[in-house]
Amino acid sequence: MSLQFVVDGLLTGSMIGLGAIGVTLTYSILRFSNFAHGDFMAWGTYATLAVVSAVGATFGKAAPIAPLSFGWPLLVALVIGMAFTAILALLLDKVLFSRLRSQGQAIIVVMASFGASMALRSLLEFTFTSRPTYFSRAIQIAMPVGFGIRITPDQIALLLLTAVLVLGVHLLMTRTQTGRSMQALSQNAALARIVGIDVASVVRVTWVIGGALACVAGVMIGILVQIRPFMGFDMLLPMFAAAILGGIGSIPGAVLGGLIIGLAEAGAVQLIGAEWRAAVSFIILMAVLFVRPIGLFGVRER
Amino acid sequence: MMDLLGYGAFFLTTALIFSLVTLGLNLQWGLTGLFNVGLAGFVAIGAYTSALLTTPDDAARLGGFGLPILVGWLGAMIVGGIAAALTGMATLRLRSDYLAITTFGVAVVVQLVALNAQKLTSGPFGIGFIPRPFGSLAETPLLFNLSNLAVVSAVTLIAYLALEHLSRSPWGRVLKALREDERAAISLGKSARFYRVQAFAVGGAIMALAGALQAHFTGFIAPDNYLPILTFQVWVMLIVGGSGSNLGAVIGSILVWGIWAGSGTLTSVLFAPEQQARAASLQIVAIGVMLCVILLIRPNGLFGDRLRRPRLGKQAKVTTAKSSSGS
Repeated sequence: MSLQFVVDGLLTGSMIGLGAIGVTLTYSILRFSNFAHGDFMAWGTYATLAVVSAVGATFGKAAPIAPLSFGWPLLVALVIGMAFTAILALLLDKVLFSRLRSQGQAIIVVMASFGASMALRSLLEFTFTSRPTYFSRAIQIAMPVGFGIRITPDQIALLLLTAVLVLGVHLLMTRTQTGRSMQALSQNAALARIVGIDVASVVRVTWVIGGALACVAGVMIGILVQIRPFMGFDMLLPMFAAAILGGIGSIPGAVLGGLIIGLAEAGAVQLIGAEWRAAVSFIILMAVLFVRPIGLFGVRER
Repeated sequence: MMDLLGYGAFFLTTALIFSLVTLGLNLQWGLTGLFNVGLAGFVAIGAYTSALLTTPDDAARLGGFGLPILVGWLGAMIVGGIAAALTGMATLRLRSDYLAITTFGVAVVVQLVALNAQKLTSGPFGIGFIPRPFGSLAETPLLFNLSNLAVVSAVTLIAYLALEHLSRSPWGRVLKALREDERAAISLGKSARFYRVQAFAVGGAIMALAGALQAHFTGFIAPDNYLPILTFQVWVMLIVGGSGSNLGAVIGSILVWGIWAGSGTLTSVLFAPEQQARAASLQIVAIGVMLCVILLIRPNGLFGDRLRRPRLGKQAKVTTAKSSSGS
């Protein structure tokens, strides 16, 4: 067994982990499993792609930054895409989720997110067709880094980006007032309200972080794999599994859960074949639910 | 005229098979409050089980036992029920969302097995030559469709009556009690988890039976029949009909299937052939938006949930129910 799976696993794990942060935040703060989260990912990616094409059409084709396959237009587009996805999430919350949440039945909100997921995904399919697209069709040469592992400059850059984002979100959650409010609300909503935490603003921040990170994860998939309307939906099970494995509400947990699932998937591809890849997250999910349903860093529900 | 009658019978048969799935879901969600977003998986389990048991021997894959169709149906119900019971046992002691995520995973895995376990399912090519009830009548489509409609109607009617009876039985009353006020029911000595696993298993068995009926009606099954879109359709059917009501489940299924088939015909008339795939995705968008709108405006569907009517000592719940249905 070649050690190459470590790189593949870390990359898949980063995508899953970044997505799972949003899932875990929505679950712990808004108290529902958002089935539309994967579709935020796909929408963010298509938005980024649209901006990249628009920039390309306006300013002509920009040369990629030295060893990478993409240039400054993608970086600009990524920021716009993140903002777009955050706004999409806020909008969906305003139109749909917040109204249903006020009725106090969490499961109705889950059902609505399921409907929204179908509608969002099919709308993408309608607009862009189901044919896969790419940010760049250029092929990068992978550099050997020892132990039989090869890695491309894109992959290194994306791993670094993930690390920076995760660190940033972690600091936000632990060092800022907003982050502490978010934690308070997730641990005891009633008490948090009593001490005067601005629930509406915490909810907004939750959607903004979740949406923006989903967009980054989607763009990573777009750069390394391909862009399809179903790309986010296929990530849904791994993201849920990562959030539950890490412990609902825990951001380091979501990322670690994502990495574990990514590595397990990559290992499984080598051992039993790529066609069973999607079953890995299900098996891990079931194992966690049977053995330790609160996950690695979870706290018991109060 | 004869063609129209034949199509009518075909349409109703399909709609009634859907309504059987919806009845199963109504037992799980409407009666017990268990959220299953992987029902396509259970339908697929039923279809494949019955196909394996009843098809003639096939060298390319395991099985093909050539058993009678009724044995296939029974086998489908047993396997579907066991699969649902196992899923329930893993998750029903946890928060309700976990069941949603797990059932979603079940559907993904069943889909994977259907696609990749070639020895069992023939993979993407599907299984053909599934024996059809009254297959000898296939020469005269009208007679064939009508006799199949009779079979499916009979099964649906039996399931409907049984479920109506069940929901009024002491067993059904425990389920409703658990849905409405878990603590009160537990304090009366009812094991919440045990009853829920039972309800989930029975619901799964009904869904699997529906899958088997469908397989024997069309004579051919493939993994593509059991995509998440199926789960979605059935949910819309239940919500439109009104969760909690078996009658609503049946009528909602026929209504939504009518809208679905009608809009499908409409898009095939309105759009050029190369645009049809896109039009089909627009159809899904419309139904998705419809689901969300119904949840917002009329969460109780057409036939509402007759059980959450105002009762003494439930003032708080009554006011929320009123404000949600009135807005």
